[in-house]
Amino acid sequence: MASTARLLFGPIVDNNPVTLQILGICSALAVTTSVATALTMSLALTAVLVASSVIISAIRHHLPTSIRLILQITIIASLVIVVDQLLQAYAFAISQHLSIFVSLIVTNCVVLGRAEAFAVRNPVGPSVLDALGNGLGYSLVLLLVGAVREGLGLGTLMGYQVLPTVAAGGWFVPLGVMLLAPSAFFILGLLIWALRSWRPDQAEPDEFPLATAEEGTVS
Amino acid sequence: MTDLFLRSVFADNLILSFFLGVCTFLAVSRRMETAVGLGIAMVVVQTVTVPLNQLIQTHLLSAGSWAWLGLPDVDLGFLKLMAFIGVIAATVQVLEMVLDRHVPKLYRALGIYLPLITVNCAILGGSLFMAERRYGLGQSVVFALGSGIGWALAIMALAAIRARLRYADVPQGLRGLGISFIVTGLMSMGFMAFGGIQPR
Repeated sequence: MASTARLLFGPIVDNNPVTLQILGICSALAVTTSVATALTMSLALTAVLVASSVIISAIRHHLPTSIRLILQITIIASLVIVVDQLLQAYAFAISQHLSIFVSLIVTNCVVLGRAEAFAVRNPVGPSVLDALGNGLGYSLVLLLVGAVREGLGLGTLMGYQVLPTVAAGGWFVPLGVMLLAPSAFFILGLLIWALRSWRPDQAEPDEFPLATAEEGTVS
Repeated sequence: MTDLFLRSVFADNLILSFFLGVCTFLAVSRRMETAVGLGIAMVVVQTVTVPLNQLIQTHLLSAGSWAWLGLPDVDLGFLKLMAFIGVIAATVQVLEMVLDRHVPKLYRALGIYLPLITVNCAILGGSLFMAERRYGLGQSVVFALGSGIGWALAIMALAAIRARLRYADVPQGLRGLGISFIVTGLMSMGFMAFGGIQPR
């Protein structure tokens, strides 16, 4: 039972795909201008991730090793096409807003990474849990960044006014820069900083340690 | 055309304003030589695949392109993604063999970066942007060249900055990934300022 919980909840904080494994960052940054787009993207990615893990894990004994990658990419691409067409049919406005980023789930390293690292070696059950856990970990980061950017950029969350803006007679002056590209980098950077201060074991070793006064030679 | 070129290099930079290829961007920018190698490979592959995909998009996949066969209702637009990935993978493979045979020096310099590029979102994203914005053949060549150069420029700049970061005392939790994000954010701000450039 403990291992089941670890599979499902491990990737959410301890081994988060975005902040620790550096996978799937492109879309994590691009679709977070509002919570609604972030939520749609998270759902799309989680759906593709779970479905591809099920399929790849179910046929793992029949996959020839030499053409494994191309088959995995074909399976993922087919699933992404289905999701993309569904979004265009039932949520046209939001699919226009997401523009090419739904299609880019194909090259999202989280999906192929989990297929390659977990689904090809494990039975269907654990693969689903692992995929779901990674999807949730990815979604959590997206929603956090999306909430900060939409909240501070427009004063809204999911389209509802949370902070009364000056234009509407309140006190909050919206920070337009939050909706622009640079703030996405800053917020994700700060999020990683916060996470690694909370969990110091995730911090990276210093690449270029400073020499202390005793060690360094004074010339 | 000059306008499109300048815009795709600076203001609409693939990494800094559309976040395409950030994974590779962060992973490979530790050393200057590798950044240069990947940058050049990126320019070459982008300039080959985007126009190629443009031809496929207009002549095989868009609605009505099969009218000459008596099939005016066929719209293969949904196959776009599959076709683009196939083209990119095949192009990289062919490019690898051609370079190995005729320009072995460049082939060795590019090393493993060429195959790596197949799964780079900037390449697929470039083709998808071309399809979404409906560029013509000429425009797609200019766009491909510009966006490739913009990507190479950004990764070389980040590699140079990271080489300087070794003299900085970065807080523990911010080391590595965190500080790279902050630096990229600052670069992105700088590149936004290029948005005002207008050719006369």
